[in-house]
Amino acid sequence: MNLYTYASPANFYHLAGKLIPWFAWSAGLLTVWGLYISFFLAPTDFQQSEAYRIIFIHVPAAWMSMFIYLVMAFWGAIGLAFNTRLSFMMARALAPTGALFTFIALWTGALWGKPMWGAWWVWDARLTSELILLFLYVGIIALWAAIDDVKRGDRAGSLLTLIGVINVPIIYFSVKWWNTLHQGSSINLTKAPSMAAIMLQGMLVMAIAAWLYTIAVTLVRVRRIILERERHTDWAKAILEAK
Amino acid sequence: MEWASWSEFWHMAGYGLYVWGSYAVTLAAILIEVILLKRAGTDTRRRLKRMQQWEEQ
Repeated sequence: MNLYTYASPANFYHLAGKLIPWFAWSAGLLTVWGLYISFFLAPTDFQQSEAYRIIFIHVPAAWMSMFIYLVMAFWGAIGLAFNTRLSFMMARALAPTGALFTFIALWTGALWGKPMWGAWWVWDARLTSELILLFLYVGIIALWAAIDDVKRGDRAGSLLTLIGVINVPIIYFSVKWWNTLHQGSSINLTKAPSMAAIMLQGMLVMAIAAWLYTIAVTLVRVRRIILERERHTDWAKAILEAK
Repeated sequence: MEWASWSEFWHMAGYGLYVWGSYAVTLAAILIEVILLKRAGTDTRRRLKRMQQWEEQ
């Protein structure tokens, strides 16, 4: 099997159709497992009592918000460099879910900040850069929606994505570079995690579930975009007639 | 198991509003995305089909 086969929208459309149920179901099962760990296995935190349980959605959502942006920028860069059609479609398909996770990270952060810091919102570097990420997502989606010419829209949106990518390391390192109210990371690549193993496990299970969910909805969305753009081809016509 | 009763579970040691407010809005946001995605899918298909029939005439 040649991997490049799936760079063709027609083949990818069918492959994605087969993969979606697998990703969706495993996302659902892992969410159930993750929630069970979050609420029934993870113990009460000695400092934050039960309020810390927000971590099981807050941290995975914040990771996804940054990671989806990087993947979007990757596809945008590939599209700009090699003019591959499917890459731009992938970038477009990822953006709404990225915006969704950014919103969830901000929302759960506010609900966590209020009982712990006494404020729903503060203009510290971590929170502000994450808010800018939400504006970037919304701006990119709006730019794509505003340009009728598909090819020009693809390029403009991907260019904006690439410019905005500078914000991702700013978010990630903000807690190190500046004195933020937001706490530093409990997990990083060089040190052992500074949290109980079962809490870490719950967080990771939820993060993997968020990942699988993202893949499932992105594939659904990219199939719609493929069908729309390929409607003049014989294979797309055949699909539309069959339905 | 941390909870002696369901009411203790929902109470979350006084942080119920914050914890459940986080989980409820997350669930709602995901449900909205899935519903919109489903609807957009059928809309697109219907629209493309109509366009196709139009072009064939």
